[in-house]
Amino acid sequence: MNEQKTLIVSSSPHIRTPRDTRAIMLDVLIALAPAFIASIVFFGWRPILVTAVSVASCVLFEFGYRKLMKKPDTYGDLSAAVTGVLLAFCLPPTAPWWLPVIGALFAIVIVKQLFGGIGKNFLNPALAGRAFLLASYAVLMTSWMPTNFQHVDAATFATPMASLHQGALAPVGLGAMLLGNVGGSIGEISSVALLLGGAYLVYRKVISLRIPLSFIGTVAVITLIFSRGNGHFAWMLQNIFSGGLLLGAIFMATDYCTSPVTPKGQIIFGVGCGLLTVLIRYFGSYPEGVSYAILIMNLTVWMIDKNTAPRRFGTEAKKPFAKLFAKKEKEAAK
Amino acid sequence: MLFKRHGGVHPKDMKAPANETAISTIPQPPEVVIPLSQHIGAPCSPLVAVGDEVKLGQKIGEAKAPVSAPVHASVSGKVVKIEKRLNNLGNMVDAVIIENDFRDTPADTVVPASEEDLGDPEKLAQLIREAGIVGMGGATFPTAFKITSGWGKVDTVIINGAECEPYITSDHRTMLEHPEELLKGIQLIMRACKVDKAYFGIELNKAFAIDLLNFHGAKAMGIEIVPLKCQYPQGAEKTLIQTITGREVPPGGLPAAVGCAVFNTFTSYSVYRAAYEGMPAIERVVTVSGSAIAEPKNVLVRVGTPMQWVFEQTGGFQKEPFKIIMGGPMMGLAQYDLSVPCAKGTAALLAFAEDEDRTVENPTCIRCGQCLGACPMNLQPIYMYMYEEKGDIEMMQKLNLMDCVECGACTYICPGRLHLTHAFKTGKAKIQAYNAALKAKEEAEKAKAEAEKKEEK
Repeated sequence: MNEQKTLIVSSSPHIRTPRDTRAIMLDVLIALAPAFIASIVFFGWRPILVTAVSVASCVLFEFGYRKLMKKPDTYGDLSAAVTGVLLAFCLPPTAPWWLPVIGALFAIVIVKQLFGGIGKNFLNPALAGRAFLLASYAVLMTSWMPTNFQHVDAATFATPMASLHQGALAPVGLGAMLLGNVGGSIGEISSVALLLGGAYLVYRKVISLRIPLSFIGTVAVITLIFSRGNGHFAWMLQNIFSGGLLLGAIFMATDYCTSPVTPKGQIIFGVGCGLLTVLIRYFGSYPEGVSYAILIMNLTVWMIDKNTAPRRFGTEAKKPFAKLFAKKEKEAAK
Repeated sequence: MLFKRHGGVHPKDMKAPANETAISTIPQPPEVVIPLSQHIGAPCSPLVAVGDEVKLGQKIGEAKAPVSAPVHASVSGKVVKIEKRLNNLGNMVDAVIIENDFRDTPADTVVPASEEDLGDPEKLAQLIREAGIVGMGGATFPTAFKITSGWGKVDTVIINGAECEPYITSDHRTMLEHPEELLKGIQLIMRACKVDKAYFGIELNKAFAIDLLNFHGAKAMGIEIVPLKCQYPQGAEKTLIQTITGREVPPGGLPAAVGCAVFNTFTSYSVYRAAYEGMPAIERVVTVSGSAIAEPKNVLVRVGTPMQWVFEQTGGFQKEPFKIIMGGPMMGLAQYDLSVPCAKGTAALLAFAEDEDRTVENPTCIRCGQCLGACPMNLQPIYMYMYEEKGDIEMMQKLNLMDCVECGACTYICPGRLHLTHAFKTGKAKIQAYNAALKAKEEAEKAKAEAEKKEEK
């Protein structure tokens, strides 16, 4: 076969899906677009500035770090851009331009790249960045502003989360909460936009419904049973549609890298997130608990995955955390 | 009534180009190369010598071992060489090279079997063995051994017509063009297996074939046509059994453990030809397709025809081939030398141009977990890969890496472009080597302890 160029020999399979990491991340960016548009509608030009700076610095830090360490470039997979958008989405619209830069530095370099980059970090970079900023610049991180359609004095303005934290229903209607005519972080205000993005992700099979449903479902059940203020349902609905719950449940808790891969594990993870969220909202000193709940559950991913292996084909099913239960049963037998 | 199952991916089936035309024949090659080992089990020793005249269908190689199948001359002519040649697995194996006299003089053994013989399972099994029939889907397990070893255990025969690999349409065309022969062949297999119930699983993209087989009275023959969802790997043996019967083959077990025996569509057709025409397994319908092929089609190819000849006679390449695959794109074997002959289990010859290539320089896992969702064996490819990279044999075994059927679904779906299946193949070899070494060490220690005991005495 002299006239022929060399043929490639490799192990099967010889075809691959066109959907690579970049395509998936692009889908996430598309799903985030409605929430971004909603934030512009309600807050004006500020979200554009914060998001642009955040995305640019995330991509730049990713590029710079990989270059400095002489590692192959990864900014092209768009995961840094997704982190950038998510980081901006959990900042208040009043954030000064340098705030997202510091957050991006922490998220990309310390949380993500120091552990080996995409797929290796054990904390959600955007949430860890937010937690870092909240601890360092508490005042800047909680300076809210009213939306373009609210006529409230900015100085006394409070987010719905603040009233819920006091144990009282927020003085806003459900419609305003769904649309996003409430105070809050850039990306979290419009529930409808977030749900739209979530539906797109599920349709494109980027995420499964396991984590979001178990997360939101747990919050719903607990807030319904242990409701405060007046009205069980109103309390539950306000807890679901205010604060960062939808943003967290749809976009952050489902982060591939920091959530379990087993189906059973994903449900356990979602329930854990929901439980911790309510606990922090009820008993914590911060009004919002979603980000810390997810960060704490991030730390349990390895343990959950190890104990929720799918049933081996051709054998009986094992219970999740079988070892743990076996020990307890043994002790009980004694 | 189908059972729900786990896993699977949906690659584009790409079957249309080759599917539109009937199976055609190509001119015979001037020389055929017949490897003496084309199946799982013991290789054959040659029954002919250089210079011998051979006739079409004459047995030219045989092995005494129970797990083996004889090989036959696929043309008439003269044996010119018996030497080592490259086979599709990339090994040099003994092969008989026959110069074609283009006369196709049949051997004396090529006669239809008597009705009496066809009624007796033992004789039928013997006939299938003598015809050199093996699993024509690519696994090439000797069919006669599958039948005889299943006696007393197997209560259900399953015919695999899923043809779930993209591009391949050879079984589909066989169903469309030889429905009656195919059903008769299945009937013979049922009789040989001493079973009166057979399921013929066919994916729904072959709806017309399903109707056609029903029209030809499949039901009256005890053959139930089961339409299957189009999903890869629907036709993997364990998956197929589970979807049709709900039974799960235990880890490391054979289908006989759950009372099933699975045969390929073309195997059934070959059984028909062996019984009613006396012709052993010397031909295979081969799908020639892929982005580099000028005219995708199905052709009837004699066993031993070099790939180069098949490509030349079917219209050649329209683009420079980048990768040539014998078998399907999911489990087939990439070839680097076009002189490799087609074997009994060659269902397709695919040639891909470079623009199909999706390998990347730095495959990176993003922990998306899609591999878990794709695995038909309920495994966790993501963690198996992790431990394989580390060489942690204990963890690999704990994660049941040996259960992997190497279907390639996880690798297909992986957005990070990891070489998962490849890692599992090497992982299996590592586990086997480790266990063999462990066993040898144990035995050595045992021998040593015994020797010491003797000395003490």
